[in-house]
Amino acid sequence: MDVKFPVDELILIAPEIILCGFGLLLLLIEVFLKTKSKSFLGILTLVSAGSALVFVLKLSSFSTDLFFGLYSLDSLGSLTKGLILVMLILVVIMSLRYVEREEVISGEYYPLLLFSTLGMMIMVSSKNLLTIFVGLELMSLSIYILVGLFRDNLKAAEASLKYFLLGAFASAFLVYGIALLYGSTGSLDIKGYLEVIAKGDTSTVLIIGVALIAVGFAFKIALVPFHMWTPDVYEGAPTSITAFMAAGVKSAAFVTFLRVFYTAFLPLIKQWGDILWLLAVITMSYANLTALVQQNIKRMLAYSSIAHAGYILVAFVTGEKILSSSIIYYLVAYTFMNVGAFSCVILMGRKGEENLDIDSYAGLSARHPFVAFCLTIFLLSLTGVPPLAGFMAKFYVFSTAIKAGYVWLAIIGVLNSVVAAYYYLRVIMYMYFRDPVKEIGRIDLSPSYILVSLICIFFLIYTGILPRELMLLAEGAVSVFF
Amino acid sequence: MSEYIWLIPCFPAVGFLINGLLGKKLPKAVVSWVGCLSVFFSFVCSAVLFFELLRLAPEARIIEKDVFDWIVSGEFVTRVGFRIDPLSIVMCLVVSGVGFLIHVYSVGYMHDDPGYSRYFTYLNLFVFMMLILVTANNLLLMFVGWEGVGLCSYLLIGFWFEKDSASNAGKKAFIVNRIGDYGFLVGIFLLFVSLGTKGVWTLNFSELERNANLLSESLTALITLLFFIGATGKSAQIPLYVWLPDAMEGPTPVSALIHAATMVTAGVYMIARLNFLYSMAPEIMFIVALVGVLTAMFAASIGFAQYDIKRVLAYSTISQLGYMFVGVGVGAYAAGIFHLMTHAFFKALLFLGAGSVMHALAGELDMRKMGGLKKYLPTTHWTFLVACLAIAGIPGLSGFFSKDEILWKAFLFPHAGVLIYIIGLVTAGMTAFYMFRLLFNTFYGKERLDEEVKHHVHESPKVMTIPLIILAILSIVGGYVGIPHALGGGAHFEKFLEPVFRGVSQKADYHHSLVVEIGLMVLSVIVALIGIYVAYVYFLKKPDLSEKFVKKHEKLYKTVHNKYFVDEIYGFLFVDNLLRVGRFLKNVIDEAIIDGIVNGLGYFMRGLGGILRFLQSGYVQAYAFSMIVGAIVVVGYLLVKVIP
Repeated sequence: MDVKFPVDELILIAPEIILCGFGLLLLLIEVFLKTKSKSFLGILTLVSAGSALVFVLKLSSFSTDLFFGLYSLDSLGSLTKGLILVMLILVVIMSLRYVEREEVISGEYYPLLLFSTLGMMIMVSSKNLLTIFVGLELMSLSIYILVGLFRDNLKAAEASLKYFLLGAFASAFLVYGIALLYGSTGSLDIKGYLEVIAKGDTSTVLIIGVALIAVGFAFKIALVPFHMWTPDVYEGAPTSITAFMAAGVKSAAFVTFLRVFYTAFLPLIKQWGDILWLLAVITMSYANLTALVQQNIKRMLAYSSIAHAGYILVAFVTGEKILSSSIIYYLVAYTFMNVGAFSCVILMGRKGEENLDIDSYAGLSARHPFVAFCLTIFLLSLTGVPPLAGFMAKFYVFSTAIKAGYVWLAIIGVLNSVVAAYYYLRVIMYMYFRDPVKEIGRIDLSPSYILVSLICIFFLIYTGILPRELMLLAEGAVSVFF
Repeated sequence: MSEYIWLIPCFPAVGFLINGLLGKKLPKAVVSWVGCLSVFFSFVCSAVLFFELLRLAPEARIIEKDVFDWIVSGEFVTRVGFRIDPLSIVMCLVVSGVGFLIHVYSVGYMHDDPGYSRYFTYLNLFVFMMLILVTANNLLLMFVGWEGVGLCSYLLIGFWFEKDSASNAGKKAFIVNRIGDYGFLVGIFLLFVSLGTKGVWTLNFSELERNANLLSESLTALITLLFFIGATGKSAQIPLYVWLPDAMEGPTPVSALIHAATMVTAGVYMIARLNFLYSMAPEIMFIVALVGVLTAMFAASIGFAQYDIKRVLAYSTISQLGYMFVGVGVGAYAAGIFHLMTHAFFKALLFLGAGSVMHALAGELDMRKMGGLKKYLPTTHWTFLVACLAIAGIPGLSGFFSKDEILWKAFLFPHAGVLIYIIGLVTAGMTAFYMFRLLFNTFYGKERLDEEVKHHVHESPKVMTIPLIILAILSIVGGYVGIPHALGGGAHFEKFLEPVFRGVSQKADYHHSLVVEIGLMVLSVIVALIGIYVAYVYFLKKPDLSEKFVKKHEKLYKTVHNKYFVDEIYGFLFVDNLLRVGRFLKNVIDEAIIDGIVNGLGYFMRGLGGILRFLQSGYVQAYAFSMIVGAIVVVGYLLVKVIP
């Protein structure tokens, strides 16, 4: 067989090529860079992310399979890539100041961010499990390093190692699942599974494969009981990386999870629906209850992110293709409120002193009304208070469950968000109604943090009041399932 | 101009915003100018519109302008829209005209009050809401105005909220009004639903009028009764009148504007506005007229035994409102509105005169400590005298024409009309008596002033006396627009309002006899003069006679003086019991049971979280173990599910 490399398809993966090229370039430049300042690298990262975003937008109208079906371009992938790139830009803007403040010496910070983003983009735009696995590993390996980038920090090192060990463990499940699927069907393409399953040919091996793949994704999106790494890693990682993980990894993994299960395994919904139902309930309840007693704001946000994964799963288990747009909407809203919240957490800290305990936030409104206001918006959005995007997101997800007949699941979800209100509002209460208990020193109100906060606030209010545009985009994205 | 109807309420709204947002920083003069001019502009707009209406043919004098869609839900659309017709333009002129004079008066009266800008803010808000009420073209927007004026009334009664009595009076007014509003609101709902089930989802007045015939008789009766309950609240009729006398705790110009001239007449306006419904429910109209006339007499009798000059005026207001309800109740809508207008002139004048007296006497309200003020306060005296003559119904002054119009129409009313007429006539005599009792005790006879006060008794400044003079002129000539045919007049007022009450006005097919009409007029003049004479004898010629009378009938006197103990009865029947229920709900149901459950759940959840956190040991092998368990459960479950 004469296989010819399809050169003209390369232009269709221009965003990926740009990120990859810039990542390598930055590694090179870093070696020759004389100054200690890393801002130059940051600016270049912004440039690359921006131009990649432009290409993603330009290519967003295409829908085609590339490279013999190993890769593809479609509306779901484009929207997610756009989201991931915007998230990257926000994280890089925060990092401009954060990296300087924490005196990060290693120049790999920005290239690794680029590689990790590249991994996410590969993951979300492939229908081939092997490509997906490669993307996932590229993303994960870069993040393992990023988490431990502050080598002197014991917690960071511990977090990095834990994440690496458990991540490898989870990857083993995933790759084993892929192997079993390949063994039972002879295919790596998710459409191929659909054909086999549609024939009613469900062997035990195939079922075990599906289950193991579910476990692999459940680890990445941190569903209980595969979540144990989350609080430790979120707490230990540099806060900008925590934001990157909470928003990016979760979105990318969720979208891929959605694509694989809604394209290939939807006929088996009766089988996996129940177990995911159970996981959703356990995830929401466990995470929210545990978050109630957290004193560390990063750990609290970690549990909160687990809980949000549970909420999204509520829509996931319904198996309704059209209504799955609510998942996309939720992920977008979730990305902005999380990045925003973590930008405020960064604002509160100084070199070597992160001020993560809730006591540091007591009386904040009197001293830094602007910071308190921003964080309040993000926490209210996380709680799900109208007119912020977090409310619409929850509304869509729970109404999806109700429309699909999962009334009990929706009730459990709503009750859980009541519990969640306690720990979000508690922070607001500390900021506005408590007297300061300790001196946290001067806050560094750098424009890079403020810009990120303002962008996120604008987005949350805008899409909260006018959710229609985003909802139409999300509906367009999930049209790939038809 | 008709394109710009919305400007009428707009000006006071702008004034409200300017004074409300910036008032504390602006100099007093600016606040006064903004406050007064905004109302004046409304008055000018209303006047321009009025003359435009006059130029149109009578049938074309109903102009409706929708401004924007407010609530859109399926087939139902409610717009924010205004309606100018003879009825609403009369109301606009009265509200903005009298309102403007009272604003000007307030500049002098409130001059040294620390809450000066707050006062004008509320007052402008009130005028705005009142204009919304009278110009709205649908019930929902009218209700907005209705509630809005209620709110302003509450705010202004309790203006000096540091005084317990003032803040309590505010609360009382608000709560009593809520009872009426409840009736009004339920009436709106019922009307809306019962027309809606017939396929007409609307609250617009002209559409309601067109479709009113779809309603059944019993439903119309119920709806109009509910609306009337609303009217008894706002317009202080039996049984909900109790708040108005207490409302005198507010600044006196407020009493003049809100609790005499404008807001309290909203109920009368509402019934006139919905005349097409009331005309379909004759039993309810009879109830309206009966309640009106009974209130008129009852309140007048309480007025006999009050010493607080503002309270006398308050009961007089309740009594005069009763007359207006008689008017609209017997189907003489134009007469009711006519009396509403003339009453606005002379009652505002009386209150402002009382305010002028208080101003001169450093806030004294007790007429037993007055007397002989005529020589100190000449302008106040003569304007007050004019108002008293007008309210007593002396021919030539406005009150005579409007009151007689009502009594005459009541006499013609087929259902117990004569009875209503007789009660009304007696009340007219009583009115003359208690008003002149007030006049004589205040301005004539022996001086009973405190020595201290006597030194600085002074006539009020120009800014206060000029509004008095203008109102006095209006109290005299205001009636000439409605001189009845019997006296050779043209009854212009009635004719002007005709398009609104088209087809529902009382038909003059009773034995309309000129002799009877004039005879009745003479009778009522005689009754009024008797009232004045008795007052003259008892309080001026032989003051000891009244004291003897009081001593002789002490029990009766005490009962009347204490307002027949109605407040105490209401307190015993309703307030105490409600408070008891409320305390039970708060202490037992809410704090013990509900809070207990909620707090208990909260502690339970936190405790649960406290236990769960121990699962997070920090050991990586434990984490891996949990993953393994999870994986086994997932795989195992799926296998069980698939393999039978």
